[in-house]
Amino acid sequence: MSTRWQQRGRDMLYPLAAAGLAFLMAAGVLAALGASPLQAYAALVKGAFGSRNALAETLVKATPLLLVGLGICIAFRGQVINIGGEGQMIVGALLATALGLAFPHWPGWVMIPLAMLVAMMGGAVWGGIPGVLKAYYNVNEILSTIMMNAIAVQLMNYLLRGPMIDPVQAQRASQIPQTAALAAAYRLPRWVPTRLHLGALLAVVLAVVVYFLLWRTGWGYRIRAVGHNPHAARYAGIPVKRYTVLALVLSGAFAGLAGMVQVYGVNYRMITDGSATGFTGGAGFNGIVAALLGQLHPLGTIPAAVLFGALLVGANAMQRAVQVPSALVTALNGLVVVFVVSSEYFRRRARKRRLLQQTAASAATAVAPSSPED
Amino acid sequence: MATPFSATPKVQSVVMRGIVKRFPGVVANDHVDFDVHQGEVHALLGENGAGKSTLMKILYGLYQPDEGEIQVNGRPVTFASPLDAIRCGIGMVHQHFMLVETLTVAENVALGLPSSRGFVTDLERVAARLRALGEQYGLPVDPHARVWQLSVGQQQRVEILKVLYRGASLLILDEPTAVLTPQEVEDLFRVIRQMVGRGHSVVFISHKLHEVLSISDRITVLRDGRKVGTVRAAATNKAELARWMVGREVTFRPEKAPVTPGPVRLAVEDVHARSDRGTPALVGVSLAVRGGEIVGLAGVSGNGQRELAEVIAGLRPPTQGRVRLLGRDVTAWPADARADLGLAYIPEERMRDGVILPFSVAENFILRDHFKPPFARRGILQPQAILAHSQALIRAYQIKTPGPETPVQHLSGGNIQKVVLARELARAPQVIVAAQPTRGLDIGATEYVHAQLLQQRAAGAAVLLISEDLDEILALADRIAVIYEGRIMDVLPAAEADPQRLGLLMAGVARATG
Repeated sequence: MSTRWQQRGRDMLYPLAAAGLAFLMAAGVLAALGASPLQAYAALVKGAFGSRNALAETLVKATPLLLVGLGICIAFRGQVINIGGEGQMIVGALLATALGLAFPHWPGWVMIPLAMLVAMMGGAVWGGIPGVLKAYYNVNEILSTIMMNAIAVQLMNYLLRGPMIDPVQAQRASQIPQTAALAAAYRLPRWVPTRLHLGALLAVVLAVVVYFLLWRTGWGYRIRAVGHNPHAARYAGIPVKRYTVLALVLSGAFAGLAGMVQVYGVNYRMITDGSATGFTGGAGFNGIVAALLGQLHPLGTIPAAVLFGALLVGANAMQRAVQVPSALVTALNGLVVVFVVSSEYFRRRARKRRLLQQTAASAATAVAPSSPED
Repeated sequence: MATPFSATPKVQSVVMRGIVKRFPGVVANDHVDFDVHQGEVHALLGENGAGKSTLMKILYGLYQPDEGEIQVNGRPVTFASPLDAIRCGIGMVHQHFMLVETLTVAENVALGLPSSRGFVTDLERVAARLRALGEQYGLPVDPHARVWQLSVGQQQRVEILKVLYRGASLLILDEPTAVLTPQEVEDLFRVIRQMVGRGHSVVFISHKLHEVLSISDRITVLRDGRKVGTVRAAATNKAELARWMVGREVTFRPEKAPVTPGPVRLAVEDVHARSDRGTPALVGVSLAVRGGEIVGLAGVSGNGQRELAEVIAGLRPPTQGRVRLLGRDVTAWPADARADLGLAYIPEERMRDGVILPFSVAENFILRDHFKPPFARRGILQPQAILAHSQALIRAYQIKTPGPETPVQHLSGGNIQKVVLARELARAPQVIVAAQPTRGLDIGATEYVHAQLLQQRAAGAAVLLISEDLDEILALADRIAVIYEGRIMDVLPAAEADPQRLGLLMAGVARATG
């Protein structure tokens, strides 16, 4: 199947070229700000990949993006648009943190898998509610997942300022909304001296699992069938509504896991500034972007997540090197998204043309190509 | 008045010479010559994919030719868009109507035309002129009726009026009879003759031989993008035209071996059901099909056929009544359980219900069986078994595809239908519901589908053939039921049925009295 891989390679050219164009455009902005684009990008790359520590930080940032992105691959393949990654992360993290704090004396190898499970269940419920609303009551899932985000944020703010607040903070005037620290035994193993933790490896393994799920199992077949054509799925007796819910449940579960990994792998406690991004760092949204850049393919989402992780980490280095606001990276982020999503149009067109040519080429074994007539 | 082209001159002659149109990977028109004179009906005949529609879309300005020239009234023209063609007096009625259902007839006609009163509509004047045009050409339509209230035949009249209103004197009709009852076809032919009598000309695109022979003056046959020839209708016959179209001899009446019907395999008892809009679609339908028997269900589209098929397949719950398969009451069974019991369903809208277009051929073959061995074990798909199965089916059903991994959307309509047939028939069904199984297919593919259905009949399956094509029903069915407004009007043995009698029943005229 080398031709299939060749085609994959060609398909990847479009998003890569689009990302390149986005960087080119941002270079113009940099130049307009009086900074040297070359210098800026050099600093960005160095900041993101220049040392062991830089690389590790990039991967740490990429991990939640990848985990959320995997869930997005499942949801979008099932034609449900999950914008609720933020809320699902938060709920997963809240449950996992509460569990870890409530039982501080268990062995790590018991608590960590259990916390993962609980976090996934929390995210699954938070995604499942919009799923049920969509499947059975025809409620638009884009709206309901966003609303579930708002609920999750307020829940987090309430819990982290009240019932779950760190007793130390509760004593102080500062009252920083954060929980107490988890027991040291519950920390995900690290690649010392960096902050790179086991969650990154887990995410990569799960990417393979999701690939397998979607393309090598009956359940994945059904999720994709329902996503592509619910009419035909219904015709074949697939319970369409249940699989719509399942797509969102699985999607939420991965986001919930991302939330747990942030707590158990990075901060060892849950902390916020009152906004969703205060805890998630925007991974619930950026994971969508990573998945889109990865062509909604779990394996493609890996490099995409690393790219966005690198942008986040490299931004600070760029800011120091050329004195441009690091917020510019947010703009660059946006540009990459716009360009990559637009490139999809050209990719489809080229692909269609190529397939038509293939079809015509094999017309000896004769194939009437789709269209132009009828 | 809302007619910017009222001064359009009459089209006296159109000549297309050496037209070449290439699409990526295919030559749709390969040096085709075609001409139309004033006052004639020129039929364009050919199988799907032969290039008929492409040629006419070029004449209508929807496509631009890669080579060749077009002359109107002896002067070379280039059409950048349909607007240019309309200015030259050329109009086209598409196979799929381009009407806004919620607007009135007059509003649909005025749509896109400037009003004589600037920003204020002049619908009354449009309506008046429509009435006049309707009388002139025998196309009576109420200008204030809303399109969704009209029958398909009436909607087609609106489309024709729309074209006439814009001043066209050369009308291109793309497969105009595909959606009509035999009586409506007669009406349409009457209108065509009237238009031609008034000096208009008509290009009639079709793949139905008897219609082409009865309405046209000349016939041009296309095959694989090339012109096979042009003949006077009076100087040719069905067999010759079919040979030109297909490139080989064609049998019109498939061989039907005598089969003694067995026990009743499919029974529908007093079924009531609602349409998607919630209106009653089936009103007490009862029907039985025996093993080794093909029962044809004739009727004009939209009289409950779709709902009946869906009730039998388990996709639409009846509000009343029962469905029995192989003697078992399956009324409450889901679709997949019925399929596993031995029901095959070839859905009317194969692109929507029958296949998942982005899925590969192989994936579409396991649409019903993706959780069953040997294709899956413990939920894990078994690629080798799936591949072997697909290769066997592709070979057995002669499906033209680059391979099992090709997405179905890149196959031709006939081959997509073969994919559906292969999947359904490979499961050795005992009951087959085939809804419009040859709609849109060319002669070769149609022959193939018919042969498959007859083979299933010979193997003892009960076949319910739902079709709007009377010829198909007459050729295949052992008994013919006619449905009208959700009721079975009558069930006739095939030997007693003829198009006139069926046509009356299809139009809701109760059992003919003699």
